Amino acid sequence: MKKSWFKTTIASVALIAASGAAWAEKANDTLRVGFTKELENVDSYFNSSREGVVLQRAIWDGLIYRDPITNEYSGNLATSWEWIDDLTLEFKLREGVTFHNGEAFNADDVVYTVNFVAKEENGVKTQRNVNWMKSAEKIDDYTVRIHLKEAFPAAIEFLSGPVSMYPNEYYAEVGPSGMGLKPVGTGPYKAVSVVPGQHFVLQKNADYHDSPKGKASIENVDIRTIPDVNTQMAELFSGSLDLIWQVPADQAEKLAQMDQFTVSNESTMRVGYLSMDAAGRSGDTPFTNVLVRRAVNHAINREELVAALLKGKSKVVWTPCFPSQFGCVQDAATEYEYNPEKAKALLAEAGYPDGFTTEFYAYRNREYAEAILSYLNAVGIKADFKFLQYSALRELNMTGDVPLAFLTWGSFSINDASAMVSQFFKHGSLDDARDDQVLADLTIADSATDDATRIEHYGNAIARITDQAYWAPMFSYNTNYVSTNEVSYTPTADEVLRFTTMTWN
Amino acid sequence: MLNFILKRLGLAVLVAFTVSFISFSLLFMAGDPAVALAGETASGEDIEALRKLYGFDRPMLVQYGEWLWAALRGDFGESYYFRLPVASLIAERLSVTMTLGLCGITFALVTAVPLGVAAAIRPNSIIDRVALFLSVAGQAMPSFWFGLILIVLFAIKLGWLPPSGASTPAHFIMPTIVLGYYAMPAIMRLTRAGMLDVLSSDYIRTARAKGAPEMRVLFRHALRNAIIPVVSLAAVQMGFMLGGSIVVESIFALHGAGYLAWESIARNDLPTVQALILVFSMFYIVFTFLADVLNAWLDPRMRSS
Repeated sequence: MKKSWFKTTIASVALIAASGAAWAEKANDTLRVGFTKELENVDSYFNSSREGVVLQRAIWDGLIYRDPITNEYSGNLATSWEWIDDLTLEFKLREGVTFHNGEAFNADDVVYTVNFVAKEENGVKTQRNVNWMKSAEKIDDYTVRIHLKEAFPAAIEFLSGPVSMYPNEYYAEVGPSGMGLKPVGTGPYKAVSVVPGQHFVLQKNADYHDSPKGKASIENVDIRTIPDVNTQMAELFSGSLDLIWQVPADQAEKLAQMDQFTVSNESTMRVGYLSMDAAGRSGDTPFTNVLVRRAVNHAINREELVAALLKGKSKVVWTPCFPSQFGCVQDAATEYEYNPEKAKALLAEAGYPDGFTTEFYAYRNREYAEAILSYLNAVGIKADFKFLQYSALRELNMTGDVPLAFLTWGSFSINDASAMVSQFFKHGSLDDARDDQVLADLTIADSATDDATRIEHYGNAIARITDQAYWAPMFSYNTNYVSTNEVSYTPTADEVLRFTTMTWN
Repeated sequence: MLNFILKRLGLAVLVAFTVSFISFSLLFMAGDPAVALAGETASGEDIEALRKLYGFDRPMLVQYGEWLWAALRGDFGESYYFRLPVASLIAERLSVTMTLGLCGITFALVTAVPLGVAAAIRPNSIIDRVALFLSVAGQAMPSFWFGLILIVLFAIKLGWLPPSGASTPAHFIMPTIVLGYYAMPAIMRLTRAGMLDVLSSDYIRTARAKGAPEMRVLFRHALRNAIIPVVSLAAVQMGFMLGGSIVVESIFALHGAGYLAWESIARNDLPTVQALILVFSMFYIVFTFLADVLNAWLDPRMRSS
């Protein structure tokens, strides 16, 4: 008797739940998306997550827009721009644009946003995105100038990416915490509900201006954070999610065989590489010897790693930057073919005929790290493998305590080599090479205003870095997007989910 | 009884202070918070400036004192990660964890105690075997696997329950079963062992001999004594459920305090981790205290010990 009562209760509660839950939401014009990671703050200047970039592109606009396919720049909140000199950019702003809260967009908003984010003490999370700007100056209501600290040719790329425009009055009132809870922008979607880290509901901005991003087609986007990928798949199967992404290759392969789902794969800008302590910051290590570093480069079968583990649109990478980035000169790089015998010979020549033992660190993709480890083992490099959380490994990296590590870098989707090679080889706290020649070339390349000079000096730096084998660049990453057949979406190579380009089939 | 309560209360407060100090100092030993805060592009001077700004350069005891004073007033600072007050963050997540923990322990007790009693009344019977099987399975099955099995069965195959989330009571059914099932075996085995022990004692034989009804013997005389260690165990399990339901919260996307703790450790979010350790240890301390009081009420001998 008791048991049947229990059953009845479960069944009736389930029925109530099922009737209340939203199944198959195409009818309601609501796209339901799963995120894996808890986003720290929707305010795009105060997060460093991929999920943050996705929301930033939906809720806010930048002055400039870069087409993710052709890589061409066009005006978004600005209608035109010109370099007044190496340190001054002038923008004509679009008229008649309003923020989601009704505030009109004009030069005051640009001035306030730029002056706020450029000030270091305001604590923008990724300083590199904003610290090249000194200030902004209003010329008239729809003309504004941005002053740079020093010549920075990648300014246009940054202004088309992470630098979004905020409403001055609202932002002054609520600050980053308030903006994170009730975001207000000019973008194609407005945020109607935010539960920090857990749940975000967006609604189409019906008054969206004539932006190159295009108007949204789907009315509502409902995003939930579901940390476990298996649970995400269960949600997809049970019809309570329409789209998930960053799905591991093996799971995506299985889903691709099922009729009700569409699986698409696209490359991302993330590059996986081995970093070696060439400068000897971690103490007496064999990696200070260039022969050892070259041996490591020859020991790894990059093609096999890509084919067996990464799959999809991943490619072998030989440069310390992502191939599509401006200045990432492919011809300049030395390519080390897979040759374990040569690796052993180089190790013997370096004085390690029987190999050696080293600490080896990694923070993500344990299976990739273990595969790399087996290649190193095969040529005699034994490792004490330590798998840490990202923040812990980053701390060790910054204090120079890591002889060998498998690391990755995604460049914040910035299509310029300065976002990767200059991040790691300009004698900062993460630079384990500390090469003056590389520093000199990168300093010129980062600030030169003509493209030819930039390409020449990035090329020189890449040639030197790869010849000296400071790193062993290995492969680019890819992402699997899985949706129900009702959703039509073509992903782009910068790993930004663009809700504006999604439609129902 | 009052003396006993006061003594236990004093002890609980001492433990709370010790735990708060250990958690505070352990986190400082784990790494340099200024380096973690400064980020990748920071120079040595930036890190030094941050150290001064946040007061990390002052003696640890001073920092601890300040932190504790603020914490006592409910101010745990701002989360480095979310940039929101830690207190509101925890309050929001704790409601999910509390609901789950209470449901879990209730499920465990409601199933485990009757099963344990039934198994003890007829040792080696079919009921005892079934109870043994359930307890072995509960201990052996990892909760992430059990959780996924339930999702596949009830959410995908049958479509009765939502796979994840926390918006309706139905969302809590599967997590409750998974969490409760993990605590069930220990409670059941302890109830069974306690009952077997008590049922063979002289006073039960006397009670039966004087013709007391069997139900009265079982529940009034036997269970009251057999349940004493179960109360302590349930209190510890409850503390465990409130602090340790990380796996269950993660699988069912519940965004509770356990998952927040796990993620905050990974993100080096010191203020959140410190506050959560304090809150979790308070749960343990309060539940252990309540269990002691309850035991003393059930068994007068304990009041003098």
